[in-house]
Amino acid sequence: MTDPGALMVWLILLPLAWACLAFLLGSGRGAQAAIIGLGLQLGLTLLLAVMLSGAGAASHAVGGWPAPLGIALAADGLSVLMLLLTQLIALPLAVYAHAYFAAGSVEGRYFWPLTGILLAGLNGLFLSADLFNLYVTLELVGLSAVGLVAAGGGVSQVAAALRYLFAALVGSGAYLLGVALIYGAYGTVSLETLGPLVVAEAPRAVWLAGGLMLVGLMLKTALFPFHYWLPSAHGGAPAPVSALLSALVVKASFYLILRLWLDPFGALVARAELLAWLPMTLGSAAILWGSWKAIRAPRIKMLIAYSTVAQLGYLFLIFPLLGTAGARQAGMMHVFAHGLAKAAMFTAAGVLIKVTGQDTVAGLAGVAGRRPLSLYAFGLAGITIMGLPPSSGFLAKWLLIEAALQQGHWIIALMVLVGGLLATAYVFRVLRQAFLRAPRAGELVAVPRTLELMAFVLAAASVLLGLRGVELMALLSIGSAA
Amino acid sequence: MTSGLLFAIVGVLLFTMGGAGVLLLDHLLRRILAFNLMGSGAFLVLVGLAQRHDVADPVPQAMVLTGIVVAVAATALALALARRLHALTGRMELPEADDD
Repeated sequence: MTDPGALMVWLILLPLAWACLAFLLGSGRGAQAAIIGLGLQLGLTLLLAVMLSGAGAASHAVGGWPAPLGIALAADGLSVLMLLLTQLIALPLAVYAHAYFAAGSVEGRYFWPLTGILLAGLNGLFLSADLFNLYVTLELVGLSAVGLVAAGGGVSQVAAALRYLFAALVGSGAYLLGVALIYGAYGTVSLETLGPLVVAEAPRAVWLAGGLMLVGLMLKTALFPFHYWLPSAHGGAPAPVSALLSALVVKASFYLILRLWLDPFGALVARAELLAWLPMTLGSAAILWGSWKAIRAPRIKMLIAYSTVAQLGYLFLIFPLLGTAGARQAGMMHVFAHGLAKAAMFTAAGVLIKVTGQDTVAGLAGVAGRRPLSLYAFGLAGITIMGLPPSSGFLAKWLLIEAALQQGHWIIALMVLVGGLLATAYVFRVLRQAFLRAPRAGELVAVPRTLELMAFVLAAASVLLGLRGVELMALLSIGSAA
Repeated sequence: MTSGLLFAIVGVLLFTMGGAGVLLLDHLLRRILAFNLMGSGAFLVLVGLAQRHDVADPVPQAMVLTGIVVAVAATALALALARRLHALTGRMELPEADDD
């Protein structure tokens, strides 16, 4: 396979294949196929990254049918980074989930088929080259994520899934109306063709389309004040599902906002400079509100879910600075840092909840002595979330502050620092409780070692990535003008 | 006013009504119906705006077909979840959000 096009097609087909296989094998089975498939996907993604860093961005017409009738795939630096993150997180999570869902557990019945479809949707989304395919993959990701949230089958999970489903449907509906208006104005949905067509003097319908797509995607990214569906969906799901959703699914719609903002709508955004301050303001509000709720949350998974609300805020701080490559790097670095760290936090919390049988922060008292590895993983992930050196979270914040100060927007730098302090408060709330002297030698449930190891692998990756950030960010420049 | 523009305007109206329904109504079945109204509105805009020279454009029609498949799948999922919620609680409304 020397053709990047073949790699792209396999990245979408492989997860679909093991999802179908897992479905046919029956409830709760297919984990081995999934882990092998994910290993292959990681290899293919690395190969694609190497290939593109030599030859530049690539595109591929599936089955030899060119657009508009066929489906076009395209990969540049941004897509490759997102693909890499997806497979990097999904592989340890699959190993974790294999050990987490005991044979015959209700929660794990449809985990493997749904996860496979989710990953196929994500990979397809990152490789799509036109607005309509992006809509289809967005729906695929949304529907399978809703299925994963509902898998437990309890009242709170089904209610959270329905709330999430309605939010996702309104979001993608708004996006679809935007696509319809764009097609009406230009007669094409290909990102490449639209780039030069959308100029600053675009008709009003195009502005409306841009607005609809932006709001719809913000709803799906759970940016404040559209975050209302996220805590119950992410906090109520089983640990491997929470990790997948928080680390990857919300990033998919963020990726789409960033991609559209930079390319087809770049001319519009440049005309209305104040527009970039809207995501920044909402992002700042998200940091403050999400952190505040995390500091006060009684249950540990809700604490982590609200921390996701806050951390998503950082991603939107970069919009006023997007003129520089530094801001884009900061944004992508934060996507990596938060993805790995949040997956580690949810997996570690999953172990601690299983061990203690309680899901409150108060219930963690004295767990440090019993489950040091899980707590160590949680602490390492906390270092990334707080942004202490040498973690990738530190690198992301450093790049963001540098870009902000270069352009004289000290308010953004201030928000980054305030957010870091607030994160320290909720991370230490958990650690402090865990290091308390336990009141009694309560009964602890034994859990497989694999669970703790995978949480540790994810957390260590989030910290160590800070040392290899330069190589990672070099990928981002593939196929971009700057 | 051309017929295409008329379709598009009706589509936007349907979309707005549907969107308001999904966000504001309480009864789950009504919300699911409202979502379908919203989707139909978007499809109408897609087909309507593309008919500019009185010649039907096949691309938006292919898109609408795909969109209908997605909408059917989403509706089926929503109905299955609503039924499950009804079986568990005996009500067709979402319980208060439990978000602390």
